[in-house]
Amino acid sequence: MIPDPVREGIADGWKVVDAAALDGDRRLEADVVVVGSGAGGGVTAEILAQAGLAVVIVEEGPLKSSSDFRMLEREAYPQLYQESAGRQTADKAITILQGRSVGGSTTVNWTSSFRTPPRTLAHWRSAHGLARTGEADLAPWFARMEERLSIAPWPTPPNENNDILRRGCEQLGIPAAAIRRNVKGCWNLGYCGMGCPTNAKQSMLVTTLPAALAKGATLLHRARVERLLASGDRIVEAEVRGVAGPGARPGVPVVRIAARHFVLGAGAIGSPAVLLRSKLPDPHGLVGQRTFLHPTVVSAALMPAPVNGFSGAPQTVYSDHFLDSVPVDGPVGYKLEAPPLHPILAGITLTGFGARHARWMREFARLQVVIALLRDGFHPESPGGRVRLRDDGTPLLHYPIGDFLWEGMRRAYLTMAEIQFAAGAKTVMAVHEDGRPQASWGEAKAAIAALPMAALRTRVVSAHVMGGCPLGPDARRAVVDESGRHHHLANLSVHDGSLFPTSIGANPQLSIYGIVARMATALAGELAPAGGRAKPAVG
Amino acid sequence: MPTRRQFLQAGIAGGVLLAGAGWWALRGDRRPAAGLQWLDESSAPIVAAIVPAVLEGALPQDAAARRTAQREVLEAFDRAIAGLAPAVQAEIAQLFSLLAMPPVRVALAGVTPPWAEATPAQAAAFLARWRESRFALLRAAGEALCQLILAAWYGNPASWAAIGYPGPPSLGERRA
Repeated sequence: MIPDPVREGIADGWKVVDAAALDGDRRLEADVVVVGSGAGGGVTAEILAQAGLAVVIVEEGPLKSSSDFRMLEREAYPQLYQESAGRQTADKAITILQGRSVGGSTTVNWTSSFRTPPRTLAHWRSAHGLARTGEADLAPWFARMEERLSIAPWPTPPNENNDILRRGCEQLGIPAAAIRRNVKGCWNLGYCGMGCPTNAKQSMLVTTLPAALAKGATLLHRARVERLLASGDRIVEAEVRGVAGPGARPGVPVVRIAARHFVLGAGAIGSPAVLLRSKLPDPHGLVGQRTFLHPTVVSAALMPAPVNGFSGAPQTVYSDHFLDSVPVDGPVGYKLEAPPLHPILAGITLTGFGARHARWMREFARLQVVIALLRDGFHPESPGGRVRLRDDGTPLLHYPIGDFLWEGMRRAYLTMAEIQFAAGAKTVMAVHEDGRPQASWGEAKAAIAALPMAALRTRVVSAHVMGGCPLGPDARRAVVDESGRHHHLANLSVHDGSLFPTSIGANPQLSIYGIVARMATALAGELAPAGGRAKPAVG
Repeated sequence: MPTRRQFLQAGIAGGVLLAGAGWWALRGDRRPAAGLQWLDESSAPIVAAIVPAVLEGALPQDAAARRTAQREVLEAFDRAIAGLAPAVQAEIAQLFSLLAMPPVRVALAGVTPPWAEATPAQAAAFLARWRESRFALLRAAGEALCQLILAAWYGNPASWAAIGYPGPPSLGERRA
């Protein structure tokens, strides 16, 4: 049997409460309420709990752990993803993969670990006025989190799906490199996206959250923060309701949690939503604006030999050539990576239906896929999207794609096709409603040039939601300061991917870990010596 | 085939009808059909009619295996909708209310017989028409129907042998 550290912890007496199963209202008290248990909430909870503070973590999704992770898409997507992995932008043109269980997206991400690119940080300084969030400021925090989460070069050779990306780049003289991963004793199975069944992935679920719970933190899961209640310039209470499942409306029992400080770590759609529902001060209308996605386009190839893209670590090779070789604020650049290939994900991503779709699925084992993630938010014509509330209070991201991004997506299709042919692909197809298999680079070039780029014709996906509560010294342009503290409320912080003033230009988990570790450490220093600990208790 | 002008009019009429269908769908008296948790007596036949079109070339050839597969796809589709956000469920209920209205089925979907009698070719023509539509609303609806059906089928282990997917590895064997 593979040990399950979460079930063992519960048996050892961790304070874990399923809010959807409560039989009546409750009141809790804490030093700090942490909303969300992903990259931001997990790191914050550990640091605050280790400083001796009483922490209550509130997570909307369920508590699932390695014993539940059976490597089956049809179970994992409804259990572990927002809206059963079918979350979409308002116009339904972009499908967003985002986690929704204890551990947040870290429970289901593909382990790719990059420090925030120096050019991104330099742009934040020059264009957004950040003064204390530079490469040198963050380096020690990245180093600390890399050690904490075993982030290191991964010695195993890439699987074939990733190696084709590497070989194609090599043929064309395009620099490509290996991705560092947050794993310890990885079995190289390929199912990171369905929850790691062996606990090798050093997600929040097996690292910071167990550490916080061992220090006496309380975890409330299947619990949605409906509102933060303010009095003057202070938040006094979080109003929480149980939510039985992704398709359920919040239940009747209410848990009210009073605390000295509140930290939002609900992600770049969830955190703005809490602020908007709470109707907190936002004099410059910034909350939920400038939300970024790394809009991603997909190129599919058929190789002469089996690829078996479902097997082996899913994402291990990347190229930043088309980010690094262009001006950061010029025509949009893109990062190249490879995704895992599993039947549902491939089935819903490949376009078309009927016989045409089935022909590609029959070649599933020879299918190779490259993705291009666009670096949005660095150019005036890339203002990102906006999180708004639906009538029922749930968030909906409006993200219109303009000509600036369409142009970049067409360039990305060309790049990916050229790389796939260079690696020996027999046919390449832009994953687009009008994409057709092309047998040579010359034919592909002409076909891609003629593709109509439009919403719901071009297949656009995203796995990285960023922005919406940007950090910065200027309250007219930022929701929180560079310590993560709200510009208008004394005891509210934001600690997650919504802090970023632009997209990152890299998979964001390590950016969140490092920036949040620094903020949480400062916050612990402010709150811990003051004493006055409250003991959290359900009652 | 409708002319571009007729189609434009149909699209505008569709928008107006959607508003009405929304009211209809939200009356709150939807009752799931037998053996299902979300789809009702008017929406289940629509899904059943579309499944053979979306999965042409993918479903088993053997008649009995094919019937079982189609039923399982319908059930998985039904479970999947129940796992979507309530607001999205309401949108899908609107879509089905619209498609269930005979005038809409004929004018906007181009399907003359009742859904239960529609052929796979008629269902495929409907999906192609919507997916190619100039109206993003119809493209989104056609896309959503296809994706829900594709996910329902390719999540089913019965679909895996034909595409060369061995299923997840056994952790026990790896440890031995």
